Amino acid sequence: MSLVLNEEQSYLKDTARDFAKNKTPVSHFRGVRDSENPDCFDREIWKEMANLGWSGILIPEEYGGSDFGVAGIGVIFEELGRTLTPSPMFSSAVVCASLIKEAGNEGQKKEYLTKIASGDITLAFALEESSRHSPTNFKTTAKKDGDSYIINGQKTFVLDGGFADFLIIAADTGKGTSLFITNKDTKGIDIKATPMVDSRNAANTTFKDLKLSSSDLIGEENGSDQIIEEVLDISRSVISAEMFGGIQEAFDVTLNYLKERDQFGAKIGSFQALQHRAAIMFSEIELCKSCVLESLTSFDEGSNDIPRLASLAKAKIGEVFHLVSNEAVQMHGGIGVTDEYDIGFYLKRARVAEQIFGNVQFHKDRYAELTGY
Amino acid sequence: MSDLNAFRSETKDWLEANCPESMRAPMTQGDVVWGGRKVEFKNPDQKLWMDRMGEKGWTCPTWPKEYGGGGLNFEENKVLQEELMRIKARPALNSFGIWMLGPALLEYGTEEQKMEHIPKIVKGEIRWCQGYSEPGSGSDLASLKTKAEDQGEDYLINGQKVWTSYADECDMIFTLVRTGPLDPKHEGISFILIDMDQEGVTTKPIKLISGKSPFCETFFDNATAPKKNLVGGLNKGWSVAKRLLQFERNMIAGMGFGSAASGSSKKTDAKPISGLATMAKRYVGEAEDKLNDSGLRNKIIDHDMNSQAFALTLKRAAEESKKSNQGPSAASSIFKYYGTEHNKLRYEIMLEAMGTKALGWDGAEFGPEELAITREWLRTKANSIEGGTSEVQLNVISKRVLELPQ
Repeated sequence: MSLVLNEEQSYLKDTARDFAKNKTPVSHFRGVRDSENPDCFDREIWKEMANLGWSGILIPEEYGGSDFGVAGIGVIFEELGRTLTPSPMFSSAVVCASLIKEAGNEGQKKEYLTKIASGDITLAFALEESSRHSPTNFKTTAKKDGDSYIINGQKTFVLDGGFADFLIIAADTGKGTSLFITNKDTKGIDIKATPMVDSRNAANTTFKDLKLSSSDLIGEENGSDQIIEEVLDISRSVISAEMFGGIQEAFDVTLNYLKERDQFGAKIGSFQALQHRAAIMFSEIELCKSCVLESLTSFDEGSNDIPRLASLAKAKIGEVFHLVSNEAVQMHGGIGVTDEYDIGFYLKRARVAEQIFGNVQFHKDRYAELTGY
Repeated sequence: MSDLNAFRSETKDWLEANCPESMRAPMTQGDVVWGGRKVEFKNPDQKLWMDRMGEKGWTCPTWPKEYGGGGLNFEENKVLQEELMRIKARPALNSFGIWMLGPALLEYGTEEQKMEHIPKIVKGEIRWCQGYSEPGSGSDLASLKTKAEDQGEDYLINGQKVWTSYADECDMIFTLVRTGPLDPKHEGISFILIDMDQEGVTTKPIKLISGKSPFCETFFDNATAPKKNLVGGLNKGWSVAKRLLQFERNMIAGMGFGSAASGSSKKTDAKPISGLATMAKRYVGEAEDKLNDSGLRNKIIDHDMNSQAFALTLKRAAEESKKSNQGPSAASSIFKYYGTEHNKLRYEIMLEAMGTKALGWDGAEFGPEELAITREWLRTKANSIEGGTSEVQLNVISKRVLELPQ
């Protein structure tokens, strides 16, 4: 796979960097948080992002997207991750758009993909059922009843579930997993927002005798396990890119602090105790960069090692974001634990993002299994 | 592209005709050919293979033809390496001349110096060693005291070097000597080439914890070197030394990564199980493919992931420096530190897997491979010391790359 960006990807990255710098610096995130807006994002900003075409990057041209590929959207997420830009882009334009693109029929693609690309609708994927990622063995069931399905069960950590217009539900249909799409207001759905430590939106959802028609089924009945795995890998890779942006920013900000802060009559960055820890972080960050790039480009270049590379990226980046966010707070000293300073935001985001679609240990295990031990 | 295809098929044919069959088999440490005046070949094929590759310049494929190198460009060299790997050819010649002195001479040497020394490196006629460290100058290398005094035609050299690799088997030594004041210490150092075949130079092997003696002490007692052997100018040796250290660090960082890198990028349907995991399974057993010792398994996972991440970073650095044409990318500053620490860890994990089987010193009760791992484990402890300690590497990253205050 290529480990340097092509022209198109570099252009997307530059545009995203300018956008993040001018429109959504960290103060934007802070503002959204302090406004206690239950959506946890700004609809005007989201509209602008959609107008830039970002919500359609994974969507084919015939449905209003640009089909620029996973690496294309990944480099944007990296820049947005630097400033912690909150938006529905991950759940709508990455996770749900990919599910519909891979599994949906023509009518569903026309209906949903075009509106995702234009930014007119948002979607959330109701997958997890426990506090730790487990993409198989659902307790949520969908029982066939004539031309309908009756869905019962509970989901948790549904990203953007508190505001999304539509839900995609993963349910056990007896011989495998099936995907259903439905409007959030359908009778039988109860949504409870779960305010998270990173001030982003997530929800618990309960389905009680939720009745959906067979036309709400995305893909084949019992046939979505493989598709879910594939889409999860795309999502893991993209969220790793976002996390990598956060790692870099937290590190850069800390490095600047080491160069500015005076104690004992010297810049604290002149102390070897801090220098060596900074240099070790730098080394780890360089490794992260390679893992993220290799994983992002593996989809577009048709690698046969996609799952392993996605797990490599998610595990390595999760681990290093842990390290860097902890060290960033420690090296800032007292102000590192104040709300007034931004650095704590990265610590909070690091932990929530690590949980998304598998934490470090989940992906280490998966990596070893895929490697044969 | 078609030129490259033509080059590939010529290369294939040439290797087929010129690489002896016995040089296409795996080698042990004792099979390494270092060249030089005192070279002893284990068999005639080793000499044949070295001479043929040397004649063609392919022991140093990318060096200019006018100095005996292969004159290949980046892409051609890639093809050559692929073809060598395909037939599992052994390296025809290893040497510090190839890895360290040659690249530095090509940058800093005079035309006369290049004409005299480079072809002999390519052909394996002279074996070089490195005279940098001294008993009182390890990490603080620039405080070195070995003195070279101007005697008109020659320099008169007195002092002692230490950690000179294989000095007892070498012909010449590239040496840092003091030709100016100790303060500022970097500005009184010169880089000089000294023939070791003279009375004033003696060597004494140092026995290491591994039981082996790859290093020596080297003593200069009124040794001489002609003035034309000064490289890079009087008192300008520190720049040459630093550049050469970069070559050395890249070499050490790459040690032990051949298998890690290739193991992880294999394009087959079979699960690309790593060398560490395969070995660990042999010692601790497995259940349903999973290694029995979960703590050890976790360490191997970490190590394998980092091996792959590091191999990808080596590749990325190469792509970046090729794209920008601006020399080594920032990523390369981590190679020595990370590569050596990682290699040390690899041996620690092997030891953990092997238990007491890894702690034998001698005798027939242990397998030869087991004994070799034990010795190599001890050898790796020097990886993060030689060529600049890990701590020095972290200092370099802090100051040069991160630009943290002094």
